[in-house]
Amino acid sequence: MFKTIKTSQLQLFAMLAAMLLIVVFFSFATDGAFVSPRNISNLIRQTAIVGVLAIGMVFVIISAEIDLSVGSMMGLLGGVAAILDVWFHFPIMLTVLITVAAGLVLGLFNGWWVAYQKVPSFIVTLAGMLAFRGILVGLTDGATVAPTSSSLAIVGQSYIPSGWGISVVSLLCLGLVAKVYARRKARQKHGVENQSAKFEYAKATIAVAVLMGLLFILESYRGIPTPILIMGGLILIATYVAKRTSFGRRIYAIGGNIEATRMSGVNVERTKMLVFGFNGMMVAVAALILTSRLGAGSPAAGNMAELDAIAACVIGGASLAGGVGAVFGAIMGALIMASLDNGMSMLDVPTFWQLIVKGMILLLAVWLDVKTKKSQ
Amino acid sequence: MKQPLLDMRGIIKSFSGVRALNGVSIQLDPGEALSICGENGSGKSTLMKVLSGVWPFGSYEGEIYFEGNLVKASSIRDTEALGIVIIHQELALVKEMTVLENIFLGNELGTFARLNDEEMHRRTAELLARVKLDILPDTPIRELGVGQQQLVEIAKALNKNVKLLILDEPTSSLTTTEIEILLNIVSELKQQGIACIYISHKLEEVLALSNWVTVIRDGDHIDTRSVENLTQNDIISMMVGRELDELFPREEHEIGDIVLKVKHATAKQAGASRAQVEDVSFELRQGEILGIAGLIGSGRTELMQCLYGSYDGNYEAEVELHGESLAIRSQRTALEAGIAMVPEDRKRHGIVPIMSVGRNITLSVLSQYSSWFGAINEDQESQDIDNYIAQLKVKTASSELSIKNLSGGNQQKAIIAKCLLTHPKILILDEPTRGIDVGAKYEIYKLMFALVKQGMSIIMVSSELSEVIGISDRVLVMHEGRLKGQFDHQGLTQEMIMNCAIKEDTTNV
Repeated sequence: MFKTIKTSQLQLFAMLAAMLLIVVFFSFATDGAFVSPRNISNLIRQTAIVGVLAIGMVFVIISAEIDLSVGSMMGLLGGVAAILDVWFHFPIMLTVLITVAAGLVLGLFNGWWVAYQKVPSFIVTLAGMLAFRGILVGLTDGATVAPTSSSLAIVGQSYIPSGWGISVVSLLCLGLVAKVYARRKARQKHGVENQSAKFEYAKATIAVAVLMGLLFILESYRGIPTPILIMGGLILIATYVAKRTSFGRRIYAIGGNIEATRMSGVNVERTKMLVFGFNGMMVAVAALILTSRLGAGSPAAGNMAELDAIAACVIGGASLAGGVGAVFGAIMGALIMASLDNGMSMLDVPTFWQLIVKGMILLLAVWLDVKTKKSQ
Repeated sequence: MKQPLLDMRGIIKSFSGVRALNGVSIQLDPGEALSICGENGSGKSTLMKVLSGVWPFGSYEGEIYFEGNLVKASSIRDTEALGIVIIHQELALVKEMTVLENIFLGNELGTFARLNDEEMHRRTAELLARVKLDILPDTPIRELGVGQQQLVEIAKALNKNVKLLILDEPTSSLTTTEIEILLNIVSELKQQGIACIYISHKLEEVLALSNWVTVIRDGDHIDTRSVENLTQNDIISMMVGRELDELFPREEHEIGDIVLKVKHATAKQAGASRAQVEDVSFELRQGEILGIAGLIGSGRTELMQCLYGSYDGNYEAEVELHGESLAIRSQRTALEAGIAMVPEDRKRHGIVPIMSVGRNITLSVLSQYSSWFGAINEDQESQDIDNYIAQLKVKTASSELSIKNLSGGNQQKAIIAKCLLTHPKILILDEPTRGIDVGAKYEIYKLMFALVKQGMSIIMVSSELSEVIGISDRVLVMHEGRLKGQFDHQGLTQEMIMNCAIKEDTTNV
């Protein structure tokens, strides 16, 4: 039985188990306050920003590169959004469009240096980390840009009306079950060995139950927070890109063996540059959520956010050596990090302890990963 | 009776059931040199790895006695302590450090806190004089030529009090003058009582330098002879001695018009003194299997890389495909023009190890299955994967298994499938059967004939002479970057190819 379980599945189980452990621990420690609807709503809203960053970052890491400029880039793009909104009173749609376009350009800029000029991504994005922060401080004169308009507040602070939320989640659940069914059919057609029906449908049932439970909890507070809906949409899109498109396939191939991929005629340079471009767009979305939540563009916004994003990916099973990683894992990683933050804050754990614990968890996660891979 | 310095008795070494060495015994006295000759893959380097401790005591059968004592080395450090030093083809010097630092790397004189610079300087100067190198101890390695670096390696070995020096293809990248200097120094070392094992394809050097010649073929110890009265031809016939058996399922096929013309192909690494491919011109016909033979380093692979756009230095060639000239600047242009290649180094350039067999197969043609925004039609993709896995008899439990779990032969078939999916007109196979078992080899040969019958043209680079003769319609032989001979397969013998590939002066071109 255990021989048939793949490492990726093992990792998934390990992550879910870790998540469960964290939830149970903090629930007891806080006398149930941790799992109150209000706190859960809070917790997953906190996850949104790091989660969106992790979606972009995981592609970069799968392609065996790294992006350290993400925090500063988020600060800069958030600043740009605030400036457009506060100083120039641009309509919200235009602000969003320009910010995302700017994110794409900054990402492609990083990618161009990495892919075509062959400067190691660590250096390129370290330079970006410094320079983007510098540009932000220069643009804003080091002052906070506030207050943002009420329309911008929709992005990060609003909730979806309950009827809409229920229908979206129901649709999602139906889609999930339909997908599992279609996949099994297709595999049967090609004579590929299927996992046992029980196992696949059990997985789908658990996913549906979790989604429904979450919906129930959120509805009993204020409804589904908009940032979570945005993140959910991006998760679906990014998972599709990673698993079902030639672009995604090539990213995994490049991370797995860049030389062999090039020998197969893949335009390795362009693909790499686009990965950074995609990451830039994700950073822009995260920046919009951040600015909207803060109600301001701050020169210190997003400081060190790149480390949270990288940690989320790595805890979620992505390998810095490239070729391995998944969007869902990265999101789980982000959720684990946010739960730790949230739970420890509720327990009034001093900040210095929080940092130490998070550092240790990161180390532990990767150590376990290395261990299990070696023992195979 | 006097004890020999080195006495290897009945060495047997197997890799997962396959015997790479089958009872090889050699003896050597101080001050003598022994050359080991054999085709590529005959077991020479395995024997040296056993001797130098890369394969530790216990992982092979047989005994090694050095100065009368049984050697129980667990790593290369142990044999170095005994005085056995091996110098590899690829030099192991740190390019950014100086000669002195390299010579004393790991054996620095002085205490942890303070190095004894004066003493190291004095010793380095002494060692450099012994190997006749007129350079300062503080010269950085990167400023030296390959020949000089080789001498620094020898100086480093001398510093370790070497008693047995093993040189693995030391002259393959040296110029004639550099070779002469190296050979002189080795002779001098012999007079100083140092024994030497010399591995080389260059039979002139072998005969000039050694007292004994041992020939290994397919892991078997063929013979050890004194160089007196030994000729190059004697060695060659011992090296290739086997009969051509029924391993090669040659099938008749039509050969058509010229498909590909290559003129003046030249390839050179930036900053290198010698070109790896020099002014090579040849033609390829439709339905033809063109074999390319030559020693490792003769420029065969580099020539193929020029045709496929994957050479990593500067290259030039006039290429005409179906009468139209073609500038091949990248792998993509080659594939689009209808040239596909199965690379020599399967692990590095062939497979993406963690990806599944199926995904490796379709990597070159993903856009065939993709919609405008890149969504892959997985139905269509799996159909092609299943077809090719069945057609090429790739043995895998599932197309979703990681390709790294497959045997070498099946990995190779998957890579060939990847090439065939691009529907090439010309298929380049670089060492297609290296490290592959006999059954898979046979299937690959069968496939090659099936492909040329359909009108494809194949270029096959191979170090296995029997394979070159058994499969090709025509054979080109390369030597030091140049095309040295061209033969029809009929009446061609391994000796003829070896003569052409090894000897400096051949007239039968």
